[in-house]
Amino acid sequence: MLGKNRLIFPGEKVLLAWSGGPSSSSMVWQVLEGLSRDSAKRLRFVPGVIYVDEGAACGRSPEDRARTLVEVEQVLQRVGFPSHVIALEEVFGLPPSVLRCFAQEPESVGTEGAYKAAVDSFLQQQCVLGAAGEEPWSQPRPQGPQSLAGPPTAVQTEALSRLFDSVKTLTAKEELLQTLRTHLILHVARTHGYSKVMAGDSCTRLAVKLMTSLALGRGAFLAWDTGFSDERHGDVVVVRPMREHTLKEVAFYNRLFAVPSVFTPAVDTKAPEKASIHRLMEAFLLRLQAQFPSTVSTVYRTSEKLVKAPRDGCAASPPGPRCLLCLCTLDVDSADSATAFGAQTSSHLCQMQAPGPQAEAGTPTTLCCCPGLGGAQGCCSSPPWTPCRLTSWPRPSSAARGPGASRRSKRICWGTAMMRRCPVGAEVRALGPHPTRNRQARTGRQGQAGCLWLSTCINKNVLIRKLYSTHGAGRAGPLAVCGAGQRRAPQGRLAGAAVLRQAGGAAASLPTAQ
Amino acid sequence: MPAPQCASCNKARAALRRPRSGQALCGTCFCAAFEAEVLHTVVAGRLLPPGAVVAVGASGGKDSTVLAHVLRELAPRLGISLRLVAVDEGIGGYRDAALAAVRRQAARWELPLTVVAYADLFGGWTMDAVARSTAGSGRSRSCCTFCGVLRRRALEEGARLVGATHVVTGHNADDMAETVLMNFLRGDAGRLARGGGLGSPGEGGALPRCRPLQLASQKEVVLYAHFRRLDYFSEECVYAPEAFRGHARDLLKRLEAARPSAVLDLVHSAERLALAPAARPPPPGACARCGALASRALCQACALLDGLNRGRPRLAIGKGRRGLDEDGPPREAEPEPSGPPASEPVPAF
Repeated sequence: MLGKNRLIFPGEKVLLAWSGGPSSSSMVWQVLEGLSRDSAKRLRFVPGVIYVDEGAACGRSPEDRARTLVEVEQVLQRVGFPSHVIALEEVFGLPPSVLRCFAQEPESVGTEGAYKAAVDSFLQQQCVLGAAGEEPWSQPRPQGPQSLAGPPTAVQTEALSRLFDSVKTLTAKEELLQTLRTHLILHVARTHGYSKVMAGDSCTRLAVKLMTSLALGRGAFLAWDTGFSDERHGDVVVVRPMREHTLKEVAFYNRLFAVPSVFTPAVDTKAPEKASIHRLMEAFLLRLQAQFPSTVSTVYRTSEKLVKAPRDGCAASPPGPRCLLCLCTLDVDSADSATAFGAQTSSHLCQMQAPGPQAEAGTPTTLCCCPGLGGAQGCCSSPPWTPCRLTSWPRPSSAARGPGASRRSKRICWGTAMMRRCPVGAEVRALGPHPTRNRQARTGRQGQAGCLWLSTCINKNVLIRKLYSTHGAGRAGPLAVCGAGQRRAPQGRLAGAAVLRQAGGAAASLPTAQ
Repeated sequence: MPAPQCASCNKARAALRRPRSGQALCGTCFCAAFEAEVLHTVVAGRLLPPGAVVAVGASGGKDSTVLAHVLRELAPRLGISLRLVAVDEGIGGYRDAALAAVRRQAARWELPLTVVAYADLFGGWTMDAVARSTAGSGRSRSCCTFCGVLRRRALEEGARLVGATHVVTGHNADDMAETVLMNFLRGDAGRLARGGGLGSPGEGGALPRCRPLQLASQKEVVLYAHFRRLDYFSEECVYAPEAFRGHARDLLKRLEAARPSAVLDLVHSAERLALAPAARPPPPGACARCGALASRALCQACALLDGLNRGRPRLAIGKGRRGLDEDGPPREAEPEPSGPPASEPVPAF
């Protein structure tokens, strides 16, 4: 797989994202085998392993987490690569640069000459670095696992579990966890000089992820989410070498070769089938697979045919603004489109007579640029990324705001935006004690599944924004103790943060007082 | 506690909540909003220019009934004229009852109605006969494949008969979402590349087609029909349980229960899928036999009929079989993902 897509250069530092599960364990094991083989097919890169401890998000007790960490460290000792054991709480200390995409000069991989040229330039870079005193790339030294900072403090754990508790639906929780994990791994990769990250997604998992992304409205970004390489983040490329192996094959391999793995319960362990979109899709695909055995491989084959260009083939035009969180080019249309997005906002036309409080109940689009930021928008449009412009949910001023204004300042993609919108949330909130029968049956079923939509629905993006915003803005509180990574943000981001503070804590339980 | 006031007129009691936004509306306001949205879709997408003669694919089901009604209301504003075209596939016990409903509607609305039958167009093959001939194959009957392709052809013929310039069908958002899911599960990259837009502009002599109800979810269509007291036929096709679309529909209903915005999210995703150029269908040519739009030498309808006539009904189904002039995976002739204009499920194979 790695030979077919010639992306990994000899001597490159590659970070293996190990979750303890079977497919990433299998990947780590195969890398170990591949490095030790004395043949022409020997893998020739410098690996490191990262393990992210997500116990706080899943609500595990500290003793459980400590026990898991002991097992993890045993396995990492056996593997012997330089390893990093990180707790998810470290995400509070990430600098805002994580959300930035560093522009990379385009490399045309795929032609023989281009690959050799790329390898040559890479080796030259390494020689230069070697002369400057960096360690040689030839052998990976076996090292014990090292953590980034000490074990997480109880305050951080508390803050993280409060963050995850404030997310009401399992779907949003899983998406949040994935986003935070990705950012954390990216940060570690950047600070330690890894230029590639290997993720252990198997074919089955990727098929589920593909269908889930479809259902979440991320059709435009399927190629990035499920393709072999994902270079949205610029300098760090995520590759997925296990994407051709189904879970069954991985399980057989692990059993035959006694690959060690560590089981950690995840956010959706033991969740009922209807609890989240991810669970639904997984259950559906596996059920269909039992009846039509080629389902998973068919979906995988379809995903191979996806390309990363926009649909209309206007690849020559400069890339538009990027989503704040997932760093893909925005897929929301400009005004006057007849597409599905247009349909959501066109219902504005029917509500224009509605008075202010009603807009709260029925507004499908709630991302509105605060008028005070109109000036800031101009000065901040120049950098390659645009700062977050989100105000809290929802804004009471409605009548003056037409569909054009609300669409002008969107800075997150549809998929992430849908995590914030909950039209049914408004429904449940305003239902009160008098729902009609069928309405109650519908929401009752949701209640059984454990994902109630409430009025103060998660404003995920505001929370993440607060997580990443600088401590230099003068925020007091327990989150500021992280200390590392204080940076002055550019002017636009400070303005954005200031507006967020002014707009009030309409988002639910925030860990810090403003 | 009594129902809240309607959110837009504030006079009447609210009768429903819109599935999309949770807004409480009374019956008249909801119908007005629905019609406004359909109008916006048509105008913003420039689907039906003024002066067009529009053939409405009427099956007697809820979607086509609502479509015909709304277009009839909007016809003066858009400057179009309507004709009803009904297709008789020859499914006993189902289609005749549906046609009776269509005839009643045509009489009530005073719209000219044309009925085209498979038996006339396709040399005596009705759907029942097709089902009988494919029944012995040992696998599932896949009569829905035949029905979908032949119905497209029949609709086109009917539209030409009445002299129409555009064809509209009543596919709603749920249909589009199911189609996307189905195409992914089947791995049909060609249809994924072709579908997702608001209809096809009509290449190579085929009439331009569109789906004005594409952004309205099925619930809203049903509610509209209820509030306007429309008379439609609501039974399921006899062959429906065998269709693959049933799986996609089941999944979609579960997704919608978990997350009501999933339907529109899927439609949004479908619009933005970017497929590799190699996976896209070849530019259409003309069928060697009937002159209609075709990706290969023979259009799919002719290919299917050929297979039926030769006694090898699965000839044109599947990839790269022997026989005929095929040299590649089959692609549907008309550039439209097949979906039901009424409520019967039709899989895109």
